[in-house]
Order: sequence, then C-alpha cells, then structure tokens
Amino acid sequence: MTEPLAIELRGISKAFGPVQANRDISIQVKRGSIHGIIGENGAGKSTLMSILYGFYRADSGEILIGGKPTEIPDSQAAIDAGIGMVFQHFKLVENFTVLENVVLGAEDGALLRPSLAKARRLLRQLADDYEMDVDPDAVIEDLGVGQQQRVEILKALYREADILILDEPTGVLTPAEADHLFRILNGLRDEGKTIILITHKLREIMEITDTVSVMRRGEMTATVRTADTSPEELAELMVGRKVLLRVDKKPATPGDVVLEVENLRVVDDRRVERLRGIDLTIRAGEILGVAGVSGNGQSELLEVLGGYAKGTGTIRVNGQPIDLTGRTSDARSRRARGIAHVPEDRQREGLIMDYRAWENVGFGYHDDPKFGAGFLMDNAALRRDCEGKMERFDVRPPDPNLAAKNFSGGNQQKIVLAREIERNPDLLLIGQPTRGVDIGAIEFIHQQIVALRDQGKAILLVSVELDEILALSDRIAVMFDGRIMGERLPSETDQGELGLMMAGMAGSGVAA
Amino acid sequence: MNDAMPRWADIVLIPIINLVLALLVSGIVVAMIGENPFEALVFLIKGAVGSAYGWGYTLFYTTNFIFTGLGVAVAFHARMFNIGGEGQAALGGLGVALVVLTVPWPHWLLALPAAIVGAMAFGALWAAIPAYLQARRGSHIVITTIMFNFIASALMVYLLANVLKVPGSASPESARFIEGARLPNANDLLPFLGFPRSTPLNVSFLVAILACVGVWVLIWRTRLGYEIRAFGHSEPAALYAGISPTKIVMVSMLISGGLCGLMAINAVMGEAERLVIDPVQGAGYVGIAVALMGRSHPVGVFMAALLFGVLYQGGIEVQYEIPGFTREMIVVIQALVILFTGALDNMVRAPVERVFLSRRRQPVAPEPTTPSQPGGHPEKGQAEP
Repeated sequence: MTEPLAIELRGISKAFGPVQANRDISIQVKRGSIHGIIGENGAGKSTLMSILYGFYRADSGEILIGGKPTEIPDSQAAIDAGIGMVFQHFKLVENFTVLENVVLGAEDGALLRPSLAKARRLLRQLADDYEMDVDPDAVIEDLGVGQQQRVEILKALYREADILILDEPTGVLTPAEADHLFRILNGLRDEGKTIILITHKLREIMEITDTVSVMRRGEMTATVRTADTSPEELAELMVGRKVLLRVDKKPATPGDVVLEVENLRVVDDRRVERLRGIDLTIRAGEILGVAGVSGNGQSELLEVLGGYAKGTGTIRVNGQPIDLTGRTSDARSRRARGIAHVPEDRQREGLIMDYRAWENVGFGYHDDPKFGAGFLMDNAALRRDCEGKMERFDVRPPDPNLAAKNFSGGNQQKIVLAREIERNPDLLLIGQPTRGVDIGAIEFIHQQIVALRDQGKAILLVSVELDEILALSDRIAVMFDGRIMGERLPSETDQGELGLMMAGMAGSGVAA
Repeated sequence: MNDAMPRWADIVLIPIINLVLALLVSGIVVAMIGENPFEALVFLIKGAVGSAYGWGYTLFYTTNFIFTGLGVAVAFHARMFNIGGEGQAALGGLGVALVVLTVPWPHWLLALPAAIVGAMAFGALWAAIPAYLQARRGSHIVITTIMFNFIASALMVYLLANVLKVPGSASPESARFIEGARLPNANDLLPFLGFPRSTPLNVSFLVAILACVGVWVLIWRTRLGYEIRAFGHSEPAALYAGISPTKIVMVSMLISGGLCGLMAINAVMGEAERLVIDPVQGAGYVGIAVALMGRSHPVGVFMAALLFGVLYQGGIEVQYEIPGFTREMIVVIQALVILFTGALDNMVRAPVERVFLSRRRQPVAPEPTTPSQPGGHPEKGQAEP
C-alpha cells in the first residue's frame, strides 16, 4: 500500500423498494488512472455513480476519498470532495457563454467580473495543456456537441475536481471527436487526475482504461486490468453467458424496389432545413443502414417517412407516390400503405409508458377491426394478441398487465418490434434498434431484423452505432447535415472512412 | 418508482389524509375566530347528512359537482386543463332554457332528453372555441377558458336583462318553465324515503350516475378513450401512432364542455325551473377540485363530488347554527380542502410512499439477523432442529 487510492467504495448497497440496484459493491481506483465501469442497462452503474455524486444515499457501505471516509449527502459535498461529473445529457445553460457556464454556481463573490477573469485565465491554461481549445466567449447553443462536452469537463476542472466521472461520454460524438476526448482524458490522467468512465462500449474500455469493473444485476462481477482481458471475456462477464458479437447473415438477394426517395426536404418549426435533398432507394430483401452522428437529419428522415413530419419531394412505396403534406400525410395512412416503424425513442414515441403491455401491442393499429368492432375496443383480443407476441418474442416477464415502463429497455423494444414486425409490412423503418438494450437482447433483435430481410422485406435502419450499421447493413448511406454524403458497401469500407464521412469530410459516390 | 404504493393507498388513504389535514387546519382557523371547531364539525355533518332534508340538498349539490367534475376529468385525460366549466355550465343553462321554453312539453320524459341535448350542445359550443384556438393556434386552453367564463357571464346578464326577461318583470330571469317540463324530485319518485316535497334532489342525480358509467366506458373501453389517454400521456407518441392532436383536443374538449353543460339540467331544469343570472354558483370551479381529488376516475369523481356536496350543504347549515360562522368561513374551509387535496397532494404523497417503501424493504434487509433474535416469528423451521 504505497500509492494512495483516489476512491474506494466498500460494500455499497442500495435498494429501491424491492429492487436491489446495488449489492455490496466494492471498488478501489488508484490515483492517476482511468477506471472503466461497464455493464448492461439496469446493471446499476448509474445508481452507483449517483451515490458517489450525492444524488442518492447508500443504504449501507462506505465511501473513502483519498483514504478518508467521506459522507456525500449531496452533490455540493461531492464537489467539495473533488469529484466532478460529466453527464450523458449536458447540464449547460444554452444561451450563456462558455465562460459564464464554467463559473455558474462557483462564483467567488457577489460580483461576476473577478470570477470570469479567473476562469478566463484557467481556460487558457487548460487549453494549452490538454488541447481543450474552446472559445470562452462562444454561446453554448452555437457549439457542437464535442465542444459542449469539453465545457462540461472544464466546469469540473474549474471546481478543482481530482476525480472525474464521465457517463457514456461518447454516445453523441463522432469517432474523431471521441478520439479527441480520449486524448484529453489521457492528458488529464498523466497530470494525476483520476477518471471513471461509464460505458457500454467494449471497444472504448479496451482502448483507454487501465482497469475495468464489470457490473451485472446490481453486483460487481469482476474487476480486472484491461491489459489482461478481452472484449469477449468482458461481454461474457456482463451478460453471464457467451455472446455472439457478430451477426450471422447470408448475402442479400435484393428484389424489386420498395422505397424510392427523391429530393426529400424537411424544414423544421424554426425554419431550419433539416433534410436538404435526400435520394435513396431500398429494394425488397435489403437492409439500408443510415449512419451518422445523431442530429444530422436521421430523425427527420424517419419522421417524414413515418408520416409525422411534413416534407417536400417525392416518396414512392411499391411505385405509388405518398402524400407528404395533405390530409393523408399522417402515420395512420403510412401504416395502411405497409410501412411499419420502430421509432428511435421508444419511450417517447413507440410506447405509452403508463399503458399496460396489452394496450401497447395495439398502439398505432388500434383501428384494426380485429381489436374490436365499431366504437368499442376488444380488450380481451388485445390481451390474447399480447400473450402471443410475448411468447414469440421472448418478452420477460410475459405479463400483459405490466405497464410498459416496468419492462427493461430490451423487453420494451421487443414489444415494439413484435407489434411492428407482425403486421407483415413491406417496409420497416427502424431507428436505434438497440439503444439502451442489454447485450443479450441485442443479439435477438438483430436476428429478428435479418430474418425479416430474408422474408423479402425492405428495411431502413438508422443507427448511431457504427458497429451495428456495419454488422447489419447490406448497403450503408452516411448522413451529415441533412444530406447523404455517399453510399458504401460494408465489405468495402471501414470505421475510419465512415467516420470521416460522418464528420462531413469525405464522401460522395454511390456504392455499386 | 411509481409502484411504490398499493392502489388502495393511492385512491383511498391519500385523499383521507389530505382531507384530515385540511379539516385540522380549518379547525385551527375556526378556533382562531373564537368558535368551537368540534361543535362546527358536528353541525356540519348533521346539517349535511343528519336528515332527509339535508341529504336532499347534499345530493343535489353532489349532482352538480359530478357533472362538472366529470367534464374536467375527461379533459384531464387528454392533458387539457379545462377551467371553463363555469361558463360552459352557464351556457348549458341557456341551452336548457331555450329547449324548454320553445316547446310546450307534454311530459318530462320527453323534455329531459331534449334538454340534455340542449345543455350538452351549448356547453360543448362554449368549449369549442377555446379548443379550436388551442388545437390550431396554440392559445393556451387555461387562459382562453378562463376568459370565456367572463364572456359567458356577461352574455347571460345581457340575455336575461334584454332578451329572455319576462316583459314587465323587474328581475333578470327567464319565464318559469311549464309544468310539463318539471323534473320529478326525490319526493315524487321515492315518497317513502321522507324527502320533503320541496327537495331539490331530482331525477338528474340518476343522469349523473349514468354519466359516470358513460365516462368510464368512454375512457377505458372505446377507441376514442384509448386515443384520448394516449394523447394525454405523450403527444409525440400519439403522433407516431397516427392520432391527430387536433381531433383529440377538439373532441375531448367538446365532451368536457358538454358534461359541464349537463349540470344545467339539475340546477336550471331540476331546481330553479327558470334561467337565472348565475345558475352555476361556482360549481364549475369546484369541478376542478373534484376531478383532481377523484384522480379523473368516475368513481373518484363521484366520491369527491359527494364530499364537496357535504361540505356545501353542511357549511350552509353551520351558518344558521353558529352566528359567528360566516359564509366566508365556508369558503375558507372549501379552499383548504381544495388546497390540500389538489395542490398539496405531493406533500402527503411523498412521505406516505416512503413509509410503504421502507415497510416493503424490511423483510429483505434483516434476513440474516432474524435467526439470532430471540422472540422472533415462531416459524415452523425453528422447531425442527
């Protein structure tokens, strides 16, 4: 015991009602190291970090910071103890400048000027030390996500944090931005800062961490040196069984053209053009993967195809044009045309979280006569339908009366998938199919998508996970700033090229 | 953790705690003005439910509150805050008066269905304009419905003073309704229960109960109810499912306004038997409290309406019995009940949830220590070794 530990957790337990979110968790993190925490959704990572940052109090256990037992009743106490947190969803004031955001809540006195001057000096110094160049006078809403994240890190450093916790920091970044972030983190580590990185991406763990802890169902299943492990081993530790990290699929046998999109444009409520002339085609029996950093028009593409955003241009399904602005430009009419849609945000759009599972299996198809004649709904028919879907899609627990919000992310997604796939659509729109889904369910969902393709359906897959795009797609289109930068065949491209295209730096040209 | 509490605690326990707190604070206020709170409570309860006379008025008020409470509740399901029950009910009164005054009705069984249609149509009409402005122009429904209450009130004054007034009469009210449109009251229908001949409780009470059933069917058994609730839970999800927000806002507000308007068959046709300047008397606002307390469920609305009926009728009786107990005191007590059951609901809810959570966790946590404790639960397993 020569080197002091930056953080030590001893026997942390936390329960929410009957759910044991953390059970007897102990970790030791050395000063000046990067420690990864990996686990499936709902494994208890976020709860553990919330305890460390003072949002929750542990039911039992001890937190030692720098060797001293420390009580962390609230986030101010965490900041005082030298802990800084970078959340997945940034907590910045959009219309404040970088400098104002950095100082906010940590002003030295009633007057702002001295604090701002101090912050400006510090920012300049940090920019030199760690490649963290952010214009201190830029307004947050004008900055890209990568830079906004840097502001979050600067905020923590301004508060003299020695321990930095980052929660899923790369979810919104391009590969290049992620690399930049990792260089910053490496620099901070070399300065003696301690970094805890929460992620579900095995690749990041392997790339940057020194040690890694794996969580499963509220328990810490292992802590290992990253150099001594492999992605396969970590995946197995996370899920508790062997996991296939690749998707087994046969080459596609494309048939007739199902979807044709020409010069599709969408202007949003703030009159910003979100889609600037999209052209694409999808044939039966083919998966077109749309890659891109989130916010580059993919959501709008799904929304306009799904019928709940207005647009201009031409969309044809099976050769017949679709109404983009008139009375039948709604989601109901799209469903009638054989378009099924698994939305990107299943909790906001795809499900009514307070509805029971059986109510959700009819959602969007609640006019179907098989769910009741005329004015009344046949709730019993919905329940029966739900039971069947739960069995075929292995939804757990198979209880139709459970509200959607009480299922795990993966099981919620299975309910949505079952509902959409079993309508036997010609075209399936599917956004972020495995976001917030545990590894075990990812495998199943990928198999379902490929199986639907093999039945001769056209599939439009939108995902920010490049691994997923590469694994599933028969063709890949990369979106940047409302345009398609180009199409590639998965066999003829790699993460590097796609990453450049996602950043708008290369592209053009259509794959054969 | 929304499943922190069993359902009965949510529906029964929390409202009761809220009510007790409200009565406690009311008691303090009553004591502060130098009156005996216990005495006041006894008079209040006696006045409301201590006699057939009291029951008649209590259930009459309850009927009013059921209609407006249901109206507000239906709008709540679509996440619309309909503050306009007051104006919609007043217009409902106009609808009833027009229907009853224009036709020489031979029997109430014919007049009532027509009056129901008139009341609902006018109430719905008054809700339609704010609903349209919300659905198409984004004008906030709370603001517009409040404004429409004032417009309704001014309109009623104008109509009663200038158009509907009986020529030669000094009072701003319509002609008395004809005998053929008189709704039977509780004494006519159930003479053996001892309601006085003049009791205001009338057949509208049964209509109110039917309306409760109807709303339950609408919300939980029909496609429209499914869409209304879905829209109320999440507008983006409703769009995704192809549910038109315009349609839901319009339809739910029309139903809401119609139900509020329906109150007039009780107050105007059943009791006053003429249209007066203010036939609603605040019932539109009480309906908001009733819907909140009843958690927008017809059964809850019925119970809450009954509670407010008791408070209304009992409060009036207390005024007669205790001279220092003014009308304003009753308003204070009602306001406190609304405050505690509606606005301060979460103040009680959070601690109660915590109690339930900790009670549920206990069986999990002390497991290892149980065997070593003497006098623990006499379990079968202990006897065997």
